[in-house]
Amino acid sequence: MKVAVIRFPGSNCDQDAFHSLNDDLGVSAEYVWHQDNSLSGYEGVFLPGGFSYGDYLRCGAMAAQSTIMQEVRRFASEGKLVIGACNGFQVLCETHLLPGALLLNEQQKFICQDVYLRRESSHGPFLANVPDVISLPIAHGEGRYIADDETLKRLNGEGLVAFRYCDGAGNLTSDSNINGSVESIAGILSQNGNVLGLMPHPERATKALLGGVDGRTILGAFQLALSKV
Amino acid sequence: MKPKAILKRMDAITPDVYLSMGLTESEFQKILTLMGRTPTLTEIGMFAVMWSEHCGYKYSRPILRYFKKYRDALDGEGLENAGIIPIGDGLGIVMKVESHNHPSAVEPYQGAATGVGGIIRDIFTMGARPIAGLNSLRFGPIHEGGAESEVVLRNRYLCEHVVAGIGGYGNCVGVPTVAGEVAFHPRYSGNPLVNAMAVGIVKIDEVTTAGAAGEGNPVIYLGSATGKDGIHGATFASDALGAENEDKRPNVQIGDPFAEKLLIEATLEALKTGAIQSIQDMGAAGLTCSTVEMSSKGEVGMDVNLDLVPMRESDMSAYELMLSESQERMLCVAFKGREQEVISVFEKWGLKAVVIGHVTPNGLVTVRRHGKIEAQVVASQLADECPTYTVIPEEPGYYRAAESFSLDDVPVTPAEEALSKLMSAPSLASKEWIFRQYDSQVQTQTSLPPGQGDAAVLAPRGTDKGLALKIDGNSRWVYLNPYVGGQLAVAEACRNVACTGGLPVGATDGLNFGNPTYPHVYWQFERAVKGIADACEIMQTPVVSGNVSFYNESDLGEVPPTPLIGILGILNHASRRIGMGSTLGQVDLHLVWYENDLGLHQGLGASSYLAEVHGIESGWPVAPNLPLERVLCEWLASQVDQQRLKLAHDVSEGGLAFCLAEIALASERGLEVNLQNGPWDPLTRPDSVLFGEFPGWVVVGVDPDDTAALSGTLPPGLRSNQLGRLTSQEWLLIRQNDQILLQTGQETLYHWHNSCIPQVLWH
Repeated sequence: MKVAVIRFPGSNCDQDAFHSLNDDLGVSAEYVWHQDNSLSGYEGVFLPGGFSYGDYLRCGAMAAQSTIMQEVRRFASEGKLVIGACNGFQVLCETHLLPGALLLNEQQKFICQDVYLRRESSHGPFLANVPDVISLPIAHGEGRYIADDETLKRLNGEGLVAFRYCDGAGNLTSDSNINGSVESIAGILSQNGNVLGLMPHPERATKALLGGVDGRTILGAFQLALSKV
Repeated sequence: MKPKAILKRMDAITPDVYLSMGLTESEFQKILTLMGRTPTLTEIGMFAVMWSEHCGYKYSRPILRYFKKYRDALDGEGLENAGIIPIGDGLGIVMKVESHNHPSAVEPYQGAATGVGGIIRDIFTMGARPIAGLNSLRFGPIHEGGAESEVVLRNRYLCEHVVAGIGGYGNCVGVPTVAGEVAFHPRYSGNPLVNAMAVGIVKIDEVTTAGAAGEGNPVIYLGSATGKDGIHGATFASDALGAENEDKRPNVQIGDPFAEKLLIEATLEALKTGAIQSIQDMGAAGLTCSTVEMSSKGEVGMDVNLDLVPMRESDMSAYELMLSESQERMLCVAFKGREQEVISVFEKWGLKAVVIGHVTPNGLVTVRRHGKIEAQVVASQLADECPTYTVIPEEPGYYRAAESFSLDDVPVTPAEEALSKLMSAPSLASKEWIFRQYDSQVQTQTSLPPGQGDAAVLAPRGTDKGLALKIDGNSRWVYLNPYVGGQLAVAEACRNVACTGGLPVGATDGLNFGNPTYPHVYWQFERAVKGIADACEIMQTPVVSGNVSFYNESDLGEVPPTPLIGILGILNHASRRIGMGSTLGQVDLHLVWYENDLGLHQGLGASSYLAEVHGIESGWPVAPNLPLERVLCEWLASQVDQQRLKLAHDVSEGGLAFCLAEIALASERGLEVNLQNGPWDPLTRPDSVLFGEFPGWVVVGVDPDDTAALSGTLPPGLRSNQLGRLTSQEWLLIRQNDQILLQTGQETLYHWHNSCIPQVLWH
């Protein structure tokens, strides 16, 4: 059983996800092309970062209309694991697998740096082994999460906020809210907890050589899920 | 004359036509002689771009022969493959710098973006996967009072948009921007410098060729459609900037990083099929350059039907099609009968791949449009017969005046005041605000990202080895003493790479100068290149590629001579790389150095201290001892590989005090040193001890248990002194025996270093 790394034209973290899963986590991963229509044989999906279709419309909007995303919708509805990081998170929102949207960062600039994240929930398999505070890299221009009040209420009420940007001690401050997201939200879960979208890049933090391994605590969910199959 | 006006004169090749394209009267006469007839407009346009300085290296070629590898390649097997640096494990590194100065002066976002795109294409056209981008930027003053307020505002606009363009393109195309440098000087106002460097990795047995071969083999056009942008861009790059800059906006290309990302993947995938015989990117001079160079390199010809070229506008003439510099395009020759394999890969990636002609044996590039031959030229005449020029160089008066500069009238500025001015000077301040706009980590091979070390370190998959990369240049040193400045540029970039643990193995350069027809500019160029070439031989870093950009001048004057040196260093184990700081454990600090001729000005000649604190740009920089620089680099690389060092940082612009302040900031803790007996003993001025710029000085940090053994590891010629240690205090303290030279709080240092750039660029 394997994880499908979806490749859209313009994805540029697809190879990183592929190598992180295969080389660092020992999870068998394969590329699946955006024009493919089947995920049969896969137990998990990784929607990678990048600029799918150039992101010339809204980020992720074109990818949401691709053939493979129809199948990802069905796949997710079966309760199988789907993670979207960065552009993958944007695609999940545009596909309405997750609520809300991602806007241009508050400071109007692309930001690449390490950030601290506070885990806000223990719902679902992705967060099961994540410590209270982790550090992951971000690299995005459009990562300011926004949702209407009703959605926020529901996300908070049902434990579907996965991560918030925080400082090293886990405090939420205006400085730590790196891109101006509403309520410092960095990542959210679907109702069943099987779909996780987040702006930070767990696949960039799975070996010490690159400066961090906290991404393993999230992506390790694939190891567990695959071992059960 | 504007391009439109040229086109109106299609029927008559009058002097104003070819003069406006940048050809001289004698060059036109040479073309007439070579061709034996009057050229068509398309032909004269093709000659003009191929014989522009940008493509033809008219003024630089004779001087570039100073570079040993270039000279050997020209005299031997040719330049092809000369640019690959083997790193073992069957892998090679290709790297190159390219300038996009003039486009960036006119349209900073697109100018910078397409500069990045162009240099990345240069890499994957060789079959290499682009794994890193670097850049070196120069602007006029951005701080208040640095120039007239209108000029300052324009400089800020240029800086901000160039940075956005580099980020916008590099981030999307998925090549990490891992290192760079930015500096400011009044003489870059009006003509900023934007040099982009790209690095790629390739299996050596999969390196491609650009030499076309095989009569009847199909010529395939790959990538984006051709539009009317960038026509005569290469000629534009070979002329001075003037008040009519705005008219040149149509000469600037428009970039599409999404298309480039697809082009990278499609090209590398198509090459794997084995169906491609040869390939070249369409960069400067577009279809002209690719058809002519591929034909000339392969000693064949090409017959091309322009009607088949994908066009953005259907009414494009042969002239426009051959001269357009539309981006994200490639040209390849496939083996006959295998073209469909190439086409299929490109179509999968949603890109165009169209057979537009075939290889001929006759050495002619023949171009048809609407059934009519619009150009028929001998490829080698365009590629190889560009005339070269030498100018009698003239030593400018300022050079000797700088030699006799005296420090006597320069007061000693209190240390803290001087350090504050240095750390907050835009050229020396932290560039974090800039580099955090670049994705430095995509591809997940970046082991030492920007700001953490003297160079970036990559840990490429498929090998344990690490690649240390740096681009560097100091135009003040070069201006005041071009020969020594050229040597220093190489020595410093090598030292930077070695400070992370990389053994320097190869160089690339971006040579940015003024108008070469001015005798003093030609002198600057000749002396600087000589210095670089001599240094590269001793440092064992052959120059494998390079770029020359002349005519960097505007109404506000010519730029200071600005050669930029890119260096590749190899670490045996990427995981052992070190940075300039160490946040953990006890660390003793030592200065490792070789004996300098302390020079005429006690290390303060041409220094940042004189420039930023006293407003004086004079004196000569201290010359490096190159054989000992090489020994120093080898020692650093071996010590890092043996895991004996915890940090290393060289003493450069801003001197020892600045170096120590940066170590304290990078280590996120205090630092105390005592300057007892050491290389500063002969210095008579305290400012020269703290702020003098001495090549070959490196501060290293070791575990206290290793302190005693350090001097025993030094080879002959190198010496060391224990300076002090990192502390848990919150200040930087520099003492000399019983006297405190400097004591400054960490927060103050941070504020000096980090607030200046955001303050002026953040709106």
